[in-house]
Amino acid sequence: MAGLTLDGLRKSFGANEILKGVDLTLADGEMLVIVGASGCGKSTLLRLVAGLETPTDGRILIDGRDVTQLDPSARDIAMVFQNYALYPHMSVYENMAYGLKIRGLRKAEIRAKVDAASSLLGLEALLDRKPRQLSGGQRQRVAMGRAIVRDPKLFLFDEPLSNLDAKLRVQMRGEIRRLQRRLKVTSLYVTHDQVEAMTLGDRLLVMHQGVPVQLATPTEIFERPADTYVAGFIGSPAMNLLTGLMRRNGTAITVEDTEFDLGPQRYALPDGHPVFLGIRPEHVALAADGMAWPVEVVELLGSEMLVHATRPGGATLTLRTPNPPSGGPGMGEAIRVAFPADRIHVFDRASGRRIEPA
Amino acid sequence: MRRSALHLIPHAVLILAILLFALPIWIAIAGSTQDSAAIARGEVSLVPNLNGLSVYRDVLLDGSAGAGPVWRALLVSAGMALAIAFGKIALSLPSAYAVTFFRFPFRMTAFWLIFLTLMLPVEVRLIPTFQVMSSLDLINSFTGLTIPLIASATATLLFRQTFLAIPDELVEAARMDGAGPLRFLRDIVIPVSGANIAALFVILFVYGWNQYLWPLLVATDPKLDTVVIGIVKMIGVDTATEWNKVMATAVLALIPPVAVVLLMQRWFVKGLTEGDK
Amino acid sequence: MERRTLFPGKLLPALLILPQLVLTLVFFLWPAVQAIKSSLEREDAFGTSTEFVGLENFADLFGDPLYVAAIGRTALFCGCVTLLSMGVALGLAVLADTEIRGRAFYRTMLIWPYAVAPAMAAVLWVLMFHPQIGLVGAWLNRIGIDWDYKLDGTQAMALVILAAAWKQISYNFIFFLAGLQAIPKTIIEAARIDGARGFRRFRTIVLPLLMPTVYFLLVVDLVYAAFETFATVYAVNAGGPGQSTQTLVLKVYLDGIVNANVGSSSAQSVVLMVGVIVLCALQFRFLGRKAVT
Repeated sequence: MAGLTLDGLRKSFGANEILKGVDLTLADGEMLVIVGASGCGKSTLLRLVAGLETPTDGRILIDGRDVTQLDPSARDIAMVFQNYALYPHMSVYENMAYGLKIRGLRKAEIRAKVDAASSLLGLEALLDRKPRQLSGGQRQRVAMGRAIVRDPKLFLFDEPLSNLDAKLRVQMRGEIRRLQRRLKVTSLYVTHDQVEAMTLGDRLLVMHQGVPVQLATPTEIFERPADTYVAGFIGSPAMNLLTGLMRRNGTAITVEDTEFDLGPQRYALPDGHPVFLGIRPEHVALAADGMAWPVEVVELLGSEMLVHATRPGGATLTLRTPNPPSGGPGMGEAIRVAFPADRIHVFDRASGRRIEPA
Repeated sequence: MRRSALHLIPHAVLILAILLFALPIWIAIAGSTQDSAAIARGEVSLVPNLNGLSVYRDVLLDGSAGAGPVWRALLVSAGMALAIAFGKIALSLPSAYAVTFFRFPFRMTAFWLIFLTLMLPVEVRLIPTFQVMSSLDLINSFTGLTIPLIASATATLLFRQTFLAIPDELVEAARMDGAGPLRFLRDIVIPVSGANIAALFVILFVYGWNQYLWPLLVATDPKLDTVVIGIVKMIGVDTATEWNKVMATAVLALIPPVAVVLLMQRWFVKGLTEGDK
Repeated sequence: MERRTLFPGKLLPALLILPQLVLTLVFFLWPAVQAIKSSLEREDAFGTSTEFVGLENFADLFGDPLYVAAIGRTALFCGCVTLLSMGVALGLAVLADTEIRGRAFYRTMLIWPYAVAPAMAAVLWVLMFHPQIGLVGAWLNRIGIDWDYKLDGTQAMALVILAAAWKQISYNFIFFLAGLQAIPKTIIEAARIDGARGFRRFRTIVLPLLMPTVYFLLVVDLVYAAFETFATVYAVNAGGPGQSTQTLVLKVYLDGIVNANVGSSSAQSVVLMVGVIVLCALQFRFLGRKAVT
């Protein structure tokens, strides 16, 4: 049975349509990460599922049950908030127990559940502390514990790691993943951080301006982005997108006057069709001859370097390459580059959609 | 040397200010212990006479000429201040909760009606309020002394500010936990606003204790004289005033509100400056 | 400002707000409407009938030289009290805000007069300035100054201004100190690096950042001086000698309650009401709507 099904979900605030129709099915136990820039509608989507907002149109099914009109507490879900939302005047134990107490569980039952969750999260020694006496990572764990004790059908995560420092974020990311695998609870995780999205999700949903643009596994999204938005959003630094024209019966693209061969595959596009040639910075190769790019800035990142180059016409290119022992190119020096044919992405320039070879 | 001397100027000015602030009180304290006749001759000393402390027992239990025992007035003042403080909190906490955490028809109308009372101090509606009080038969009653002062908007506005500062996520977490509005009020809002409630209590206690025009208007029965009303009556009679007793009464009238402000200073300052703006 | 998350339901909030609304209507709004109504009416000499007279009460009021004099007197009183209490409080707050030792002690010793009732302020100052028994009053007479606020109107006015301002200083002090402490230290440090020092730094950096507090206190103090000082003025001398300390609130009380002239007193109430509304509107303008909502 599906863990979560969204059916034509829409949400408007006044005349402003935030969510323009989302259909989605999560398998039982699956972790789906919704990723997008701020304002893309991802938080609204999560709040609709949580029951904190009412959809303008559409249905929400959790574990096969239509919960669209139900109160948040009746949906059998748990949520981890960005700022943790711990009750400041309650101890760690009371924070985790509060929901169970309201549900009318017996004291011993509550004790058992809280104990189980706190040992899972390593919180045993902190049960009597107040939230303000905890570190950021510990608060994060308590927020997780509060979600776990309720034994919900669905976990909702609203950017839970964004208030942590970089090191802790990496650590908690791993912990969330392990816990979710172990508990096998269907989870919806919202973030604007693409690394979090890539590492946590079984699948990713990329949202843009209220519309889901691509739903796929992290690898698929990275290797075959559905449009120029996804191509630019996932991957860091972002994919280079060069304006070009289709040539040679769909087997080559010219950028300015240079022709790039697309290898054995053929695209069903007429010659002269306007396209974007996409190439990730790490796939750009330095070459002995080929198109010349004057270097503007070189950023040294330790083992690697980023080279930013600009053509006289204004086109820009970023290249990521291991630090050469001789040192990188100097400013103003022109580098010559080659694009391996099997690493080239082709997008329609008018629609931005990805084009697959015929 | 020059630098350290300059450094002392702020201290000197502040200490001077403190002394000037305290002077009127000190005169009252010192004067209360001295001989009434000596004070009447204008020979009040700034050194208290420890033998004269018995005057406090006299005014508390027996009162002075033309005025009843002060314990009674202190009791009325304390009753009034406490009734106003607790009454206002009990009345405005729910109403502020209603306007912040719900949407209901005429919500803003109701809020503005309450807000409007800020612009209607008792001085601008003196006679008609008196008429309402007499038609409700509330003149010369403890109810009349307190209830009409309980309704004003200050506490509601302060609570509203406090409630608006409660993070949305906390409300959402509580809703996820299944807490309904009344449970959320009891379990989360009131404990979280504890410091603000304490601050408001100080402000309202002082407000209630210090009332003058209102009791003057609606309580002409000497039994309902607050200590503030009582002492103004005492200085009004100029002939044969027992000045040491007047001063002792003044000191007694000042102790409760000053003590409340000083003891709860931290909350009070925070609540006052955060809420009013 | 509004909350994002709300509770559903309409009956519960209505029940929660009802008690306060009822008290507000009975004791505030209804009397205010009545005040406006009777300001447009006049009772006959026996109090048996009333007739609608339009704005006649107001015309009489502003035609009465005693009332016009009371307006001027009130303006002088309010201006002096506000200026004096704000000036002293600001000075003390600036001193207490500098990085000196004992800041907490000074604050404690300066805020207690907040707790003093306006009427008690009058009592304390009378005990100090009484021409025979007051330490200061008797001393003034000894050194040859003819001091008696019960006979001399100017002296009476000076005394009520001092008593009223003294009580309000600590309230202003609390707010000025909070306002000063809310100014980020980095801004002051930036100004130091730019070479602004002493009074120049205060005038060009600190004071502009403190302006919201100044405007707020200006309105609060004017309302205080105009209304709450009833008790102070009344306790010192009941508006006397003669009419020399009779401010507008005192006049409402004396004309309405003591002399039972309902029409005139109500008209005076309405004038005061307009005064409060103007002050509140000014505060809105200075501080923006967010200050109250």
